[in-house]
Amino acid sequence: MKLFRIRGGVDVEHRKELSSEQAIRVMAPPSRLHVPLQQHAGVSADPVVAPGDRVLKGDLLAQPQGAVSAPIHAPTSGVVLEICERMAPHPSGLSVRSIELEPDGEDRWGACLPPIEDPFTADPAVITARVAEAGVVGLGGAAFPTAVKLGLGARTPIDTLVINGAECEPYLTCDDRLMREQAGEVIDGVRIIAYTLKVRDIRIAIESNKPQALEAMTRAVGAIEADHDGRIVVVAIPTRYPMGSERHLVQLITGHEIPARRLPADVGVAVHNVATARAIRHAVRLGRPLVSRVVTVSGGAVRRPMNLEVPFGTLVSDLLEACDGLAEDPPARLLAGGPMMGQPLPDREVPVIKGIGGVLALSWGEIHDGPSHPCIRCGTCVSVCPCGLVPFEMVQYVRHDRLDDAAALGVRDCVGCGSCAYACPSHIPLAQYFHYAKGRLNAEDRDRRKHELMKRLAEGRTARMEKVARAKREALAKRKAAAAAKKAAEAAKAAEAAKAPAAGDAGAA
Amino acid sequence: MTTRTGGVGDPGGFGGFEPQDRAGPYAHAANSVAGIMIRVMAALTPATLAGIYLFGWPALNLFVITILTAVVTEAACLALGGRPVLPALSDGSAVLTGWLLALSLPAWAPWWIGVTGAVIALTFGKHMFGGLGQNPFNPAMVARVALLISFPVPMTLYVAPAPMFSAGAPGFLDGLAVTFWGVVDGGGVDGVTAASPLGHIKTELSRGVPVAETMAAAVDPAGLAFGMIPGSLGESSALLLALGGLILLWRGVISWAVPVALLASLGAIATIAHTLDPGRHADATVHLLAGATMLGAFFIATDPVTSPVTRQGQLLFGVGCGVLVWVIRSFAGYPEGMAFAILLMNAVTPLIDRGSRPRVHGRTRGGEPLTRRTKAKP
Repeated sequence: MKLFRIRGGVDVEHRKELSSEQAIRVMAPPSRLHVPLQQHAGVSADPVVAPGDRVLKGDLLAQPQGAVSAPIHAPTSGVVLEICERMAPHPSGLSVRSIELEPDGEDRWGACLPPIEDPFTADPAVITARVAEAGVVGLGGAAFPTAVKLGLGARTPIDTLVINGAECEPYLTCDDRLMREQAGEVIDGVRIIAYTLKVRDIRIAIESNKPQALEAMTRAVGAIEADHDGRIVVVAIPTRYPMGSERHLVQLITGHEIPARRLPADVGVAVHNVATARAIRHAVRLGRPLVSRVVTVSGGAVRRPMNLEVPFGTLVSDLLEACDGLAEDPPARLLAGGPMMGQPLPDREVPVIKGIGGVLALSWGEIHDGPSHPCIRCGTCVSVCPCGLVPFEMVQYVRHDRLDDAAALGVRDCVGCGSCAYACPSHIPLAQYFHYAKGRLNAEDRDRRKHELMKRLAEGRTARMEKVARAKREALAKRKAAAAAKKAAEAAKAAEAAKAPAAGDAGAA
Repeated sequence: MTTRTGGVGDPGGFGGFEPQDRAGPYAHAANSVAGIMIRVMAALTPATLAGIYLFGWPALNLFVITILTAVVTEAACLALGGRPVLPALSDGSAVLTGWLLALSLPAWAPWWIGVTGAVIALTFGKHMFGGLGQNPFNPAMVARVALLISFPVPMTLYVAPAPMFSAGAPGFLDGLAVTFWGVVDGGGVDGVTAASPLGHIKTELSRGVPVAETMAAAVDPAGLAFGMIPGSLGESSALLLALGGLILLWRGVISWAVPVALLASLGAIATIAHTLDPGRHADATVHLLAGATMLGAFFIATDPVTSPVTRQGQLLFGVGCGVLVWVIRSFAGYPEGMAFAILLMNAVTPLIDRGSRPRVHGRTRGGEPLTRRTKAKP
């Protein structure tokens, strides 16, 4: 299959062999689960249970609020202990409202949702509603509510569905294992997405460093070819970070360059992750909400790296324990996600949530840390940037607080992949500067928009007041004119009346 | 969210702030500035050893003196500027600057040429602009040109190679005499001063001898290739320098654009000119193998700090250097023009960089968001 050219990227040390041969193991729920109400992009969920309630696996714990939100379900059966604030798996270490659940050890499924026996004859709106109900969010990392993306298909014409199985982040093997072990389920989920979006052209993109996954997926596609009316192609894409970046994957596969600050839907493409596809299948066919996911626990500091199917709310410390603990303690880095775009964890006592596909404990030996040196203008950052930016110039502006100049060079178009910082021989934390600059610029944009809105409102008010005043003035003038006219008329009448009798008098005379 | 650290004490080397909110990546490629410098030095080693062997003890003395002075000057500049000395010194950039300067000097130049050159390179060439990464001009070439203009006699006094330990080559003590007392011929020293091939061609041409005749009589391509010619310490063995350059290309330390563009443009223009007027212009072999061509193309023009960052920019830069070298060699007063050509192109590097920025993904060249569905090239 023909691939299109994309620029830049880096050959990262992918280190996937640490966990790639470990089959997915289902992790038993630990003695306590801490289920945050905010596990997705958007508004946090609102609890519908109270302390003391008994819940079964898959029961609703919290309902979504607003258009972009997702419900939360019980990851196992047990008792709700309390609803309290707990540390979130976010670098800030800020707390988030969480439901504390004490598992009963039975892990018994509740009534769940009614399975949709034949999704391919169902109304796409029903499937979208089901996906929303099941709390499915993008499992590639962004955790954006999937139903919102499926609903897009009803509004914008989508002609191509790209399934992201690139898994270009180093270390992570959760999608790889899923594709190898459950290819059939993933493909079924892909077909449900395609049916819902009314797309017939489906491409499943997998990096070439996952030959078994490629083979398993190709075989699974072959198995369903007979009763499928669309076209599903499994595409081996080059192993190069950041191949899995949405914008670049779309360009690589379809040749469409997504315009700046727009979405794949603007070029008629929808992108979903392989793990999301499997979650959709479970929600639709089995009526099971999203209560667990595959997490890669890896890194040089982990004794026995693994791929675990983890119930949400399980603590990172429980995960590490399941992997026989750490060989290097404390590790150089403890991360949620991959080393390129993942985030540092503030503590081990934070729960795994929907968007976390990996927990990495990296040793000092593998991060090549070092103090930053002056830029030598080698241009490596320019040649690796997949977005065509000039990081070494932008960073100078950010350093000197000239954010408008950095914005003029395109800092807002940075996808934050970190290729520049990874490759920089001077170890300048470029991505960090851009992250900061984007945050400030976004805040400024918000302020500006707010200011403009206020201005518009104020101007509107002035205009309205002026209109009222003018109307008043006009009415007054009109009244005055009318009064004057009346007066004149009366005067004329009077004059006439004065004249008339005189005339009469004259006539009479 | 941010703190202003300002001043020159921050590890980044300039004023400004360090953002406190962390963002990835949390792993890094196994590379460093020091690693790059070390690889460049390793690539220079064969040609350097050959040069030292060919020109004997005085060459070794000059080499050591120049590098030592460069390191001491760097340390002094850093200390005067109130910056941490050791981290900057350990990046190896000062050693490399001294090394490249030493290679561009006449092999038997007296000690004070090396010392003056290294001080000029590190102060006027580098630290006056703010240190590593801030200088617009290649420090070694700034020093070489300053020396050439200020001290034209010692800077053009070349000797014929007299391999170390060979009969007629100065011994260790005689070497010291050459370096520190400026004895070239006399005492135990028996140096044969001679013009470099490019200088010889130019002198002969000014006397009315056609280039072709001079070349046939006095210029031996094998001598140029292996360095058996009078010349600067490290400029003489074109083959070993090219070998070092190829190592750098292979290891990914330099990109092919600058050396290929420079050598191709110089070779092409020399061939054309030679074909049109062989009496006046030397052929491509001489231009490519003689003088500082190889050293310049692979080691000096590729200096990341002073050359453009994009592929297109580097190609333009390389062609500019190649053409200027040929023009200076052919029409200017100096027989060799590599240093001048590189400095002139250094001056336009910011302009080239500005003009050769890549197109931002999802935007037009003008910076506007793309409006229609755009298919990329397959």
